[in-house]
Amino acid sequence: MDYLPNIIFAIILILGIGYFAKNVKSLIRNIKLGQDVDVSDHKSQRWKNMAMIALGQSKMVRRPIAGFLHVVVYVGFIIINIEVLEIIIDGLFGTHRIGLKILPESVYGFLIGSFEILAVLVFVSVTLFWIRRNVIKLKRFWKSEMTSWPKNDANFILYFEMVLMTLFLVMNATDVHFQHLNSGNVISQFIAPWFGNLSEGVLHLIERTAWWWHIIGILIFLNYLYFSKHLHILLAFPNTYYGKIAPKGQLNNLEAVTKEVKMMMDPNIDPFAAPAEGAEAEIPAKFGASDVQDLSWVQLLNAYTCTECGRCTSECPANLTGKKLSPRKIMMDTRDRLEEVGKNIDANKGEFKDDNKQLLGDYITTEELWACTTCNACTEACPVSIDPLSIILEMRRYLVMEQSAAPTELNNMMSNIENNGAPWPYNQMDRLNWKDE
Amino acid sequence: MSEALKVPTMAECMAEGRQPEILFWVGSAGSYDDRAKKITRAFVKILNNANVDFAVLGTEESCTGDVAKRAGNEFLFQMQAVTNIEVLNAYGVKRIVTACPHSYNTLKNEYPQLGGNYQVQHHTQFIEELINAGRLIIEKENSFKGKRITFHDPCYLGRGNSVYEAPRALLKAMHVELVEMKRNKKTALCCGAGGAQMFKEPEKGDKDINVLRTEDALETKPSVIATGCPYCNTMMTDGVKFKEKEAEVTVLDVAELIANAQNL
Ligand code: SF4
Ligand code: SF4
Repeated sequence: MDYLPNIIFAIILILGIGYFAKNVKSLIRNIKLGQDVDVSDHKSQRWKNMAMIALGQSKMVRRPIAGFLHVVVYVGFIIINIEVLEIIIDGLFGTHRIGLKILPESVYGFLIGSFEILAVLVFVSVTLFWIRRNVIKLKRFWKSEMTSWPKNDANFILYFEMVLMTLFLVMNATDVHFQHLNSGNVISQFIAPWFGNLSEGVLHLIERTAWWWHIIGILIFLNYLYFSKHLHILLAFPNTYYGKIAPKGQLNNLEAVTKEVKMMMDPNIDPFAAPAEGAEAEIPAKFGASDVQDLSWVQLLNAYTCTECGRCTSECPANLTGKKLSPRKIMMDTRDRLEEVGKNIDANKGEFKDDNKQLLGDYITTEELWACTTCNACTEACPVSIDPLSIILEMRRYLVMEQSAAPTELNNMMSNIENNGAPWPYNQMDRLNWKDE
Repeated sequence: MSEALKVPTMAECMAEGRQPEILFWVGSAGSYDDRAKKITRAFVKILNNANVDFAVLGTEESCTGDVAKRAGNEFLFQMQAVTNIEVLNAYGVKRIVTACPHSYNTLKNEYPQLGGNYQVQHHTQFIEELINAGRLIIEKENSFKGKRITFHDPCYLGRGNSVYEAPRALLKAMHVELVEMKRNKKTALCCGAGGAQMFKEPEKGDKDINVLRTEDALETKPSVIATGCPYCNTMMTDGVKFKEKEAEVTVLDVAELIANAQNL
């Protein structure tokens, strides 16, 4: 019977981690639905970007208040989780505060003391975050795409962290044995008196309850990630690694088009000749993107990484002037559609069954797409190197090259370029007239 | 002002059997748009004044394809690019200078994958070089000295290619009072013309982007809004008109500021 808690603990741990692993698998599967892109270049620059942007939070601190609070929560959360290691060992082997047995008391006390201080800092930061969202109602958290789930999701995470931090402190405050050591309980010693007149047995019960809920809470939190914008705490790292390296102004080159253009322009190629073997396979099914499978896997990774912070949207000139376009919504739509496609595949034994829906039209409208000025304010603002503009461009490519569905004025502009080599209907022979005017 | 501009073409240089120092890529706006043509002429005056050995393609130049690409027409873009690259390579062009950030970005970043490799500069970068090399002298006593001037960063020069300092260096060389807008450099607001927006009506909203950007600029109480892009210039000029501020504020390209200040 003595082993019962250990066994229960092991089962909970395996279930928690197992379910998470299963979700990570479908996450990876979904991302791989995207087209392949070569991101094997610029390795050192990529590592540097990851270190600076994801680990170093260099872009977070551009907004100093939010940035600072975010760093506190980030650092706090990671460091406090070292405590989880002890909890797992204690849980599996039935020990109590194994750290005290293997570390000198002063070291252990120092560690726990810093965890306690961080726990308070995290608690305060999270409370401020909550106030910013719900009381001050910062504009970018109250846009049309931020209703229901996206809004609740953000708040749930904040509550979660508050509860986890509280449990940690209560656990320390009611651990009689630990309190007696008088080491490391820099914060919990002030909480302990609240439980002052309880018997040791009751204290022990509270301590155990807090301990169990702390670890269960962490496992729930881990599994919550997959369903939440909070996935960024994991994906920010690969995402900043695979983020765009080229100058922001440079849009990618469509290789498939290059091949066709070269063929068209090459007088030595007989257009009626039978295509060389294997050539057909190279021509893509589609130019541009109308659904998530047409996007690259990096763009799909982007969608899962988006934290819905709205820094992009709050800088977007189109959005600032009341147009429908919101780069954040582009990312959220992509993620929602990808999830839908993933579920479809799961339901149909690993195969996607046409559901008469697609990203273009059912999620993202052409009105949104045509409002983009390609100004890169969104990509500059994003703290985790997401590129909403690249998705907008792929969808414009589909509209123009597959459907000839550009706005009339743009069609006129394009035929002017074709006929006169300028977006205006002027004669190419007049190009130098400015010289003598 | 009446003095004729010296504008040799690549074809003429070729006939004389010489290779000019730079090719000046005029761009479609710079060639045809009435407002932008003034910028083109101002830049040529500066080149003439500094005795720069340059040439233009003239009637052999064609649209870079920037707008087509951004509108989503990759075919048209690449057709334009491949044609232009053939011409440029046939003339053995190595260095290109342009007064249009869109041409700059496309020639510099998007042509290499299609076989066009050149050293490309924005005109403000090239002018800065001329000054540093002592080939162009800007008098400290000039008509813009001490004037309040704000600079609007074009997206395709600034965020697109991280060029923020060259245009500012020129304004400083003129000893103007440079005032920054609240959104500047990395966070500058787009003028609203990029991504092919120049050629269509904006989508429905509660304001036009150029008006919002002009408001940013007017907040600094400038006497001149300086630009470095023909499209930005048009957008800001329209914005100033919309705000009925033409009497107090003028919109000028950095090249025009220099040419005017020097009475070129
Ligand atoms: S690139 Fe497009 S979506 Fe991004 S900020 Fe600019 S206008 Fe908005
Ligand atoms: S794309 Fe980036 S900036 Fe925009 S909401 Fe997502 S994480 Fe934030």
